Amino acid sequence: MNVPRLAVATLSLLVAVAAGAAGAPAFKAGLFDPPRQAPDFSLQGTDGHELRMSRYHGKVVLLAFGYSSCTAVCPVTLATLAAARRELGPAASDVQVLYVTVDPERDDPARLEKFLHAFDATFVGGTGAPAALAAVRKDYGISAQKLVTPDGYSYSHSSFVYLIDRGGRIRALMPYGHSPGDFVNDLRLLLEE
Amino acid sequence: MRARSAALVTIAAVAGAALAWGGFAPIHAASRNQVFVIPKGTWARRMSGDKVEILPDHIRLTLGIRDILVLRNRDEVPQIFGPTLMMPGQSFSLPFAQASEYQFQCTAHLSGQMTIIVEPFPASPWARIRWRARELLSELSEPAESS
Repeated sequence: MNVPRLAVATLSLLVAVAAGAAGAPAFKAGLFDPPRQAPDFSLQGTDGHELRMSRYHGKVVLLAFGYSSCTAVCPVTLATLAAARRELGPAASDVQVLYVTVDPERDDPARLEKFLHAFDATFVGGTGAPAALAAVRKDYGISAQKLVTPDGYSYSHSSFVYLIDRGGRIRALMPYGHSPGDFVNDLRLLLEE
Repeated sequence: MRARSAALVTIAAVAGAALAWGGFAPIHAASRNQVFVIPKGTWARRMSGDKVEILPDHIRLTLGIRDILVLRNRDEVPQIFGPTLMMPGQSFSLPFAQASEYQFQCTAHLSGQMTIIVEPFPASPWARIRWRARELLSELSEPAESS
């Protein structure tokens, strides 16, 4: 093989590798294929407005489920999401964190707001009638099991976070335990689309 | 006597070569996906009382070789499969980047839990031999789908 041919072959290989890499952005979260439209819902928002998923079309939404008395999972998740928003800088204005309670008995809007704002004042929570919340959980495949404890009760609940794109499609699911950097990575990918 | 010695030497040489290959040959995987599929008709079978097992209780993955869990719902109804709700025809690909043991809620199991064990990349020769031996045993007992 002569030198020009070798150069062309090498260049073609590099282009192919680059194209392959570009075709598969490296999400850290689990991806859905094809993505489905995030089911809409109507709950009481902690911001004093009706909380609907459709309100946030145009933004990238991080949707999590939990409850304000959670001592193990939720504080870690919310602190991670708050850190990710800080790390994103100005781009974070296009990211909305929504947190839907699984404990309507204790989580009224005021209590939920106080809990969420301890992490980030932009977080919006949703609560409502038990039946309405159960319907939302069913639509999103969320489990929440009430457990009686010596002090009262707690919940065992799904701990992952959904990543919903600007078009309102559920694109990915980040399991519990990922770092703020992993969220930032995936949020940047979704924001750049 | 001489023929027996020659046979023993040959066996030892073959075993040595196999160990050397197993320990030093680089590991190539055609795909990093470990695929599990809910076949069409699973829900109907369950409704009729058939205890259909789709996912094993424990799934073992290896970083850098097979570290993406792929779940596919080929049934005609939504399914809670692994950690999430999947619509008919939908796939879910979950990459792992850290060696650890992961617990997921999963209604596909009687225990309600699924464990995913993610092991580090087998860097040492001995680790490669163990990995290859386990893969071979796994392939012989239950061929896994990967694509």
